[in-house]
Amino acid sequence: MSTRLATGGRLLDKGRQVSFTFNGKRMTGCAGDTLASALLANDQVMMGRSFKYHRPRGVVASGAEEPNALVGLGTGARFEPNQRATTTELFEGLSAASQNHWPSLDYDIGAVNQAFARFLPAGFYYKMFMFPRVFWKHVYEPFIRQSAGLGKAPDAETRDADTYEHFHAYTDVLVIGGGIAGLQAALAAGRSGARVLVMEQTPHWGGRAPVDGGEVDGKPAEAFIDAAVAELEAMDNVTLRLRCMGAGVYDHGYVLGYERLSDHAPGADGPRHRLWRVRAGQVITATGAIERPLSFAGNDVPGVMLASALRDYVVNWGVSAGDRTVVVTNNDDAYRTALVLLDAGLNVPLILDARAGGGGALADEARARGIRVETGKGIAKVKGRARVTGVAICAQAGEGAVLEEVPCDAVAMSGGWSPVVHLWSHCGGKLNWDDALAMFRPDAGRAPTGHDGAPFVAACGAANGEFGLNAILKDANTAGQTAARATGHKPGRKGAPKASDAGDEAPLEQVWLMPQGANIKLRMKAWLDYQNDVKVSDVQLAAREGYESVEHTKRYTTLGMATDQGKLSNINGLAVLSNVLGQPIPQAGTTTFRPPYTPISMGAIAGEARGALFQPIRRTTVHDWHEAQNAYMEPVGHWRRPYCFPKAGESHEDAVQREVRATRDSLGLLDASTLGKLIVKGPDAGRFMDMMYTNMMSNLAVGKCRYGLMCSENGFLMDDGVVARLSDDTWLCHTTTGGAERVHAHMEEFLQTEWWDWQIFVANVTEQYAQFGVVGPNSRKVLEKLGGVDLSKEALAFMQWTEGTLAGIESRIFRISFSGELSYEVAVPASMGRAFWNKLLEAGKEFGVTPYGTEALHIMRAEKGFIMIGDETDGTVIPQDLGLNWAISKKKEDYIGKRAQARSYMTNPERWKLVGLETVDGSVLPDGAYAVGEGVNANGQRVVQGRVTSTYHSPTLERGIAMGLVLHGPDRMGEVLDFPRLDGSIVQAKIVDHVWFDKDGEKQNV
Amino acid sequence: MRRYSAFAIAREAARYHSGWGKAWSSPEPKKKYDVIIVGAGGHGLATAFYLGRNFGITNVAVIEKGWLGGGNTGRNTTIIRSNYLQDPSAAIYEKSRSLYETMSQDLNYNVMFSPRGVMMLAQTQAEVRGYLRTAQANALQGVSTRFIQPAEVKKLVPIINLDGPRYPVLGALWQDRAGTARHDAVAWGYARACSDMGMDIIQQCEVTAVRREGGRVVGVDTTKGAIDCDKLGIVVAGNSGVMAERAGFRLPIESVALQALVSEPIKPCMDVVVMANTVHGYMSQSDKGEMVIGGGADGFNNYTQRGSFHHIEETVRALVETFPMVSRLKMLRQWGGIVDMTGDRSPILSKTPVEGVFINGGWGTGGFKATPGSGWAMAELMAKGHSPLTDEFSMWRFKEGKFIDESVAAGVAH
Repeated sequence: MSTRLATGGRLLDKGRQVSFTFNGKRMTGCAGDTLASALLANDQVMMGRSFKYHRPRGVVASGAEEPNALVGLGTGARFEPNQRATTTELFEGLSAASQNHWPSLDYDIGAVNQAFARFLPAGFYYKMFMFPRVFWKHVYEPFIRQSAGLGKAPDAETRDADTYEHFHAYTDVLVIGGGIAGLQAALAAGRSGARVLVMEQTPHWGGRAPVDGGEVDGKPAEAFIDAAVAELEAMDNVTLRLRCMGAGVYDHGYVLGYERLSDHAPGADGPRHRLWRVRAGQVITATGAIERPLSFAGNDVPGVMLASALRDYVVNWGVSAGDRTVVVTNNDDAYRTALVLLDAGLNVPLILDARAGGGGALADEARARGIRVETGKGIAKVKGRARVTGVAICAQAGEGAVLEEVPCDAVAMSGGWSPVVHLWSHCGGKLNWDDALAMFRPDAGRAPTGHDGAPFVAACGAANGEFGLNAILKDANTAGQTAARATGHKPGRKGAPKASDAGDEAPLEQVWLMPQGANIKLRMKAWLDYQNDVKVSDVQLAAREGYESVEHTKRYTTLGMATDQGKLSNINGLAVLSNVLGQPIPQAGTTTFRPPYTPISMGAIAGEARGALFQPIRRTTVHDWHEAQNAYMEPVGHWRRPYCFPKAGESHEDAVQREVRATRDSLGLLDASTLGKLIVKGPDAGRFMDMMYTNMMSNLAVGKCRYGLMCSENGFLMDDGVVARLSDDTWLCHTTTGGAERVHAHMEEFLQTEWWDWQIFVANVTEQYAQFGVVGPNSRKVLEKLGGVDLSKEALAFMQWTEGTLAGIESRIFRISFSGELSYEVAVPASMGRAFWNKLLEAGKEFGVTPYGTEALHIMRAEKGFIMIGDETDGTVIPQDLGLNWAISKKKEDYIGKRAQARSYMTNPERWKLVGLETVDGSVLPDGAYAVGEGVNANGQRVVQGRVTSTYHSPTLERGIAMGLVLHGPDRMGEVLDFPRLDGSIVQAKIVDHVWFDKDGEKQNV
Repeated sequence: MRRYSAFAIAREAARYHSGWGKAWSSPEPKKKYDVIIVGAGGHGLATAFYLGRNFGITNVAVIEKGWLGGGNTGRNTTIIRSNYLQDPSAAIYEKSRSLYETMSQDLNYNVMFSPRGVMMLAQTQAEVRGYLRTAQANALQGVSTRFIQPAEVKKLVPIINLDGPRYPVLGALWQDRAGTARHDAVAWGYARACSDMGMDIIQQCEVTAVRREGGRVVGVDTTKGAIDCDKLGIVVAGNSGVMAERAGFRLPIESVALQALVSEPIKPCMDVVVMANTVHGYMSQSDKGEMVIGGGADGFNNYTQRGSFHHIEETVRALVETFPMVSRLKMLRQWGGIVDMTGDRSPILSKTPVEGVFINGGWGTGGFKATPGSGWAMAELMAKGHSPLTDEFSMWRFKEGKFIDESVAAGVAH
């Protein structure tokens, strides 16, 4: 059984008991435990079920590479699926549940898949489930979906109870990994005065060194670690972060860090995760190495673990995975595990060393301490289902004939080590295959490079393929000094401390299958990817079927695609593939390493920008007033605008009709503050305006306004609005609400890339002014009542503007109209917006003043035949289509879009043109309806000859009116077109002039 | 070709699957082919397949510089839909969607076409009007879509938040026979079928030059030597500009990195595909259980198949607002693909200034869904000189100003 040991547990505070539950069962651990170590201490070796066959699975590893021990953690608004037990720190009240089984972890119906395993090899689903066709959607797929997936989905109706934040950091040297390599590199760089940031994903400094033993400067590694951390902490230029993982390395020294602030103390004040967005001059990856499993039959039975993990559990957390552990290895390192187990008083009946020649000094020591060591031997098969009960031994060179069976309850395996090269590789760092150590290691000659072509990432220590303490420290010291130099600092001459070298180690021997000639039955039980249930036989099948590229093999078998992203399986799978193809491993290459190193929370990625802070709503000065009136608001750009102001019991439609009538009869008010306002100023502003607009703007007199059109380079109408000339060198451009930022960017793009030598500034002053439409026959009266400015027809004619003090408030008054009524737009400083609005309401009372919303605005402009950007235009319409030729200057040499509008299709008379449409029965045409023509086109689609661009019920005309684009429309006045509705019925509409209201402009000109 | 079926699997199971042959052969190139297709992605392989299937042209080589299906075919978010606004788009995408319906049976390879339904959320009044228009257009184009109300949205997508503090869900355009498919399988299925017709799929072979005589193509130079041909089809997505240059002409195409990501797998919680164009995000759940999420395109041109992180943040924020439970999931993996963008964001299927050279590219962010339709149309274009499905997608339309602009309906996302 697995249990808590009397000794060991350097990370534990054994005096502090912590209680938690697993699948509802109460258990107890210690402060300092991980969930995995605590479960082992409670004899809970089995922690989950696999993805495909639902096989019982126990913990295999002790860190971020764990593929099996995944749990659903927490409840309600703090539930999270797929948490690794090995990286989950235990806390009081922790509640965990194992995943992917029904009804329970011990009895899982899905395990029936194991019986059919022979029928479910890699890619089986590509070869079946095709008949009958409809079964895929209704039978096969739902079944597959239900049995796949891992953890439960978080509750849909609960919002995440935690908060998250982003943090920007700039550093000369970023060291990822706080083992001895990372610490030494940080020391070397930090001593130069360079700004250094060190990230360590676990809650502890020092990495594996305290577990693996060895001495630095004649003292235990732990003493070196403590001293190094103390020295670094004392440096002002160094920042240390625990529980902070280097998640991804991107171009230009951009690095993502993922700090887990309160996962170990849920509900604590402050954010749960912090996403570090770092710009680093140099990045040092000191990310260590991960041990590889060996591929033998039954290597997935709970109790079979990495040798290093078993060692970690004993030394760090004082737990044993079993009483009798068989060690199986192809290298010397696993002997350390045997010795550690022995030291802890546990039984190691046997070490199986696959190498015919056996191990070095460590092997001698093991033998000397009485452990039976068999060389040239391996495991034929692991006995047991939910727990290891023993191993069958065979010759490694043979086909698996069983020589002997040895009872045990744990197996420690080691297939060698793979440097963690993920962060090195994210941004293009290349790898070399080291055949002696059987691993890919960073090729310093092909490092990721920055904008200047110089490398900006360096690996050191075990991450660089160095494994002796001495070599690691030396490598790290050099990396730190080099990074300091690369960022313009002078590293001192101080070398790395001297460490004890390991004794003579015998070379590793590549063992990719155990035994070497394992038959198919054994290969079908030899797991490569635990979580996704990919076995040696699967990779071999894929290769046989022609999925020879490593990317094909990965995708066909799903090898390395699980939540651990192949940290344990990729190299083993690659080697199996290479063996089948008879090619060397480096020729096959690796799959691409993608960020993040381990999964990071979406919450952290979203950061603070959630809820009300997700695209914060822009508010006009009278936004609150609108809301207080219960206005129905609609999103427009980043603003909310009142769609209408329904009174109690009134429908939106009725409110809109009332608002239109009230405005046309007397007086309406519109909050027009959201319309974009751009100032264009400078000696070259005139010619710039002439380029930006189709109209001539340079000759606009000061004090006058002109309606302008703006086109894209491709000639399409992109925005419109009234332009006012404020002074000799200053123009004010009004844009649509949604278009302000786009138009501003459009102007800046041309200023910065095409006409960078023109002397112009463009400023977006949208929010500096509150602007209100005062509309209707009584608009002049109400403004005159406010007093202070002569607004007579003579003093301020249509399409003029003036400045003055209205009702004591500094104002700019434009006499313009988007409704056809006598109308003014008054701009006041934003700070006076609400005050001015109140004065308008007060003064307007006697005229029955009626605030109106966007829909009434739309209807009134349509009645008057004005186009609306976004309705009449959709990115494919040019001004000429809309009968706006009058707004296109013929005198100018050029404007943006002019050349494009001369292209053959733009001048084609077959282009649809703007007309008015009136239904024969007076009803409202459906939104977006098309006018059909005769027959179908070459692709069998119904021929169309026009479409509705905007459609309303007009309260003024008391009937449906619409605008539309129609083939030869202006030449077909009076013709009736057929518009199918979505239900198939037809509504007929007559082509009419699109100006219904006051065609001669008598009302707006009074 | 050994037929795939449950029976075949049972038979093979008895002998531990030792009898399966290669899905496709990997021969050395011949001296000459009638047709060479450059690019063994989905579109290139589909072009070859329909050249054989519809026109009996089987002396074909598909040449690939990497491994087949390794570009955007294997990097996309697998969405299939045809609810396009403009007639030429709706025609080719609906042709494509309809071919997906029977692709598994046609290829005898399960590509797992899952017509689970695609929903495009309307979150502003302008979007409501836009999708109503699309629904009207689709009805006349023979594309089955309809506009649905918020209550139906919630019924189809229980994890959605209809009343987000920023953008309420006002309705959605719904296409119930749209969905997803297993992207790799599409390439593999076509490759197997092409190989079975006697076509040569040549991987790890880069076309380095297009040989011309008198303004007409006569062959290509490759890293495996010179190969002659009568016709050449360039179907290389993000590398369209590069290959066009090698053939001696220019294309109005820019290449940018488009991002995508997946979450860790969870049990089924979302059965349909949801696209939210106002907030720029889209999501579906794969059969494995991962939430598959599409991100934005980088704002600068490049050929590296990795993306920056900034768009990922924007996308994830949008999805956390739309589906609050996403906040408690984790991002497993992010990646990028190089997409070829034209000026109107619609593809180019066209003859070129070089006689005998045809181009199929510019699919931008939406190519996967078009794979079979694109192959079908390109094969017709190459075999007959024109196709009603490609007529409007000529590369000269930019000169004429005859754009096929879907921006009003497609928003940013595909």
